[in-house]
Amino acid sequence: MSNVVQLPRWIDVGVLPLLNLLLALVVSALLVLAIGENPVEVVEILLYGAFGYDEAWGYTLYYTTNFVFTGLSFAVAFHCGLFNIGAEGQAYVGGLGVTLAALYLDFLPFPLMLVVGMMAAAIFGAAWAYIPAYLQARRGSHIVITTIMFNFIASSLMVYLLVNVLRPQGSMTPESEQIAEHLRLPFIHDMAAAFGIDMASSPLNLSFVYAIAASILVWMFIWHTRWGYAIRTVGANAVAATYGGIDPGRYIIIAMMISGALASFMALNEVMGVQHRLLIDFTAGYGFVGIAVALMGRNHPFGIFLAALLFGMLYQGGAELSFEIPTISNDMVVVIQGLVILFTGAMEHMFRPRVTKIYTAWRLRRDRMEAA
Amino acid sequence: MENFELVILLLDATLRTSTPLILAALAGMFSERSGTINLALEGMMLGGAFAAAAVAYYAGSPWVGLLAAIAATIALSLLHGFACITHKGNQVVSGMAINILMSGFTALVGIALFAQGGKTPALDKASRFQPITLPGAEAVRDVPILGPIYFELLSGHNILVYIAFFAVPAAWWVMYRTRFGLRLRAVGENPGAVDTAGISVVLMRYRAVVCSGVLVGMSGAYLSTAQGASFLQDMTAGKGYIALAAMVFGKWRPFPALFACLLFGFLDAAATRLQGVILPGIGEVPVQLVQALPYVLTVILLAGFIGRATPPKALGRAYVKER
Repeated sequence: MSNVVQLPRWIDVGVLPLLNLLLALVVSALLVLAIGENPVEVVEILLYGAFGYDEAWGYTLYYTTNFVFTGLSFAVAFHCGLFNIGAEGQAYVGGLGVTLAALYLDFLPFPLMLVVGMMAAAIFGAAWAYIPAYLQARRGSHIVITTIMFNFIASSLMVYLLVNVLRPQGSMTPESEQIAEHLRLPFIHDMAAAFGIDMASSPLNLSFVYAIAASILVWMFIWHTRWGYAIRTVGANAVAATYGGIDPGRYIIIAMMISGALASFMALNEVMGVQHRLLIDFTAGYGFVGIAVALMGRNHPFGIFLAALLFGMLYQGGAELSFEIPTISNDMVVVIQGLVILFTGAMEHMFRPRVTKIYTAWRLRRDRMEAA
Repeated sequence: MENFELVILLLDATLRTSTPLILAALAGMFSERSGTINLALEGMMLGGAFAAAAVAYYAGSPWVGLLAAIAATIALSLLHGFACITHKGNQVVSGMAINILMSGFTALVGIALFAQGGKTPALDKASRFQPITLPGAEAVRDVPILGPIYFELLSGHNILVYIAFFAVPAAWWVMYRTRFGLRLRAVGENPGAVDTAGISVVLMRYRAVVCSGVLVGMSGAYLSTAQGASFLQDMTAGKGYIALAAMVFGKWRPFPALFACLLFGFLDAAATRLQGVILPGIGEVPVQLVQALPYVLTVILLAGFIGRATPPKALGRAYVKER
C-alpha cells in the first residue's frame, strides 16, 4: 500500500465502525420501505420496545448478557488469529455441565453452587473447544470447518442426551428436570427489592454482573498478562512468535479453551438464571451473533459491551416490532445482524481508503494553515 | 426379497437426499478451487429455495422458478465476491454474514409477501418439477432384480436429480480438461503465476463464484420446487454445511465429493428409516448418532486419519498485486 498515513485511533475504532453500522441500518431501512412500512416508525417502536418501559430495560440487558459472553468468546480466539465459529456448540455443551452440576450436586449451598456451576460450564465448554483447538494446533485441521462440524455434533449429542437420558420419566418434552429452587441465580428485581428498590420483574439476573466482571477480566487477561501477550503475538504473526520462543500451538489451545469457557457462561444466564432447566437449542443463535458483536466492538471488551447492548436492544425491540407491525416480523432483527456482520466484518475495508483520503487531505490543510 | 426391496427403497431415498448436496458441494468446489472460501452455501441455498418457490408460484412454472433461484444465488455470489475479492474482506465472515442475512431475509420477505408465517403458498403440480419415467421403465418393471433397479431406483426422479448426477462428470471435465478449469485451479494455488501470465486473478475468481452461484441455485430450487412443494423457514437445515463437509471430505475433487454426498445422503436416508426401529442384538439405534456421523467423519478426515485433505494453497487469501 502506498498509503503511509496511519488513521488515528478514534477514527479506526470509532468512526469506521459507526459508518459501517450506519450503512447496515440504511440498507435495513430501505428494506422496510420496500416492504411498504415507515422506517421511522420502525425505529420508534424498536426504541420504545427496548427502553420505553421498566420491564423492557430488564429484557434488553438480559439479552445483552448473552451477547457479552459470546462476543468475548469470539474476541479471545480472534486475538489469537482464530475464527471460533463454535460458540454455539460450546455454550450448548456448557449448558450440559451447569445442568448436571445443578441436578446431581443439589445438596450444595448456593454460594458454593455458584462457583461449581461456573466451573462446570467452563470445563464442559472448554473441553468442547479443546478438540478443534488440538486438531488445529497439532494436526493443522482448519478450525473454521472443525468448529462448524462440532456445532452439529453438539446439537445431535444434546438431542440424544435430552431425549434418552436427561428427560424425566413420564415426560414427553425433551428437556431436563427443573433445577432446585435454592440453586437458581437471583433475579435483579428480587435483589433490588431486598434493598427496598422497586423494579419491574424481568429475566435479568445475577449473571449480568458476572458478564461485566468477565469483560474486565478478559481486558486484563488480553492486555496485561503474559498469556494474553503470547496470544496476541501468535495472532499477529505466528512465525515471529515462534522465533520469540512462543509455541503457537500451545497458545492456540489455551485461547480456544478460554473462548469455549466464555461462550459457555451464557448457559449460566439461561440455565441457572432464567429457564432453570436444560432446553433443546437454548443457545438459539446467540453464539453466531457473538461474531457480529465482537467484530463491531473491535474485539475490545468495552466495544463488545456496547455492541452487545445494541444487539440486546434489537432483540428486545424486535419482539415488540412483530406485535405492532404484522408485516414485519422479528426476522428483521436477523437481517440487521446479517448486514452488520457483512458491513462491519466482511466489508470493513470498503470505507477505509476513502476515509484515509479525506483525513489526509484534512490534515494537510491543517498543517498548511498552521505553517502560514 | 423383502430385504432387496428395502435396499432399493433406501438407495432410492439416498439419490433424492444427496441431490442438493451434490449440487452444493460442486458449487463449493468451484469457489474454493479458485481460492475463495464459500461458507455461504447454506445461505445461498436458502435464498435460492425461496426465490424458486416464490417465483414459481407467481409464474406457474418451475423453470422460471429455477431461473429466479439461479439469478438470486448469482447475485449473492457476486456480493460474496464483492466483499472478498474486490474489498479483500474476510471470507469466513462474509460467508457467515450471508448465511445469517438470508435466514432472516427469506423469512421477512416471505411474511411480507404471503403472510403465511414465513412459508410460501403450496405449489400446484404444474409449478413443480415432476418425476420423469425413463423410457421402457414400465415395460421392465416386472423383470426380477433388474426391473426394480431400473423402475424404482433409476427412473421416476425429477429432472434436477439427473442434472445433479450429470453435473459431476461435467464439472470434472470443465475443471480438468478445459483452459478455463486449468486457470481456475491455478488461481487457487498460485495466483501470482496466473497474474504473471497476463490473466486477471480478480476476473477469474469472479467467474468461479458465478459458477458456484449457478450450481447452488439449482440445489435451492430442488429443495422447494422438486423435493418439497413450498419454501419453509430455514428449510435447508444445515444442508449447506453438510455439502461443505462433503466437499472437504471429497478433498475438493468432483468424483470423491460425489461419493461423499452419496454417503452423507445415505446416512440421512437411513436415519429417517431407522427412527424408532429396534435392531435385533443392538437395540434401538440412536438416530442422532447416524445424523452426526457425516460431521464426525469429516473431522476425522481433517485430522488426517483417513488420508490427507489438502485445501487449495491460496484458499482464503485475497490476491494483492505488487506488494
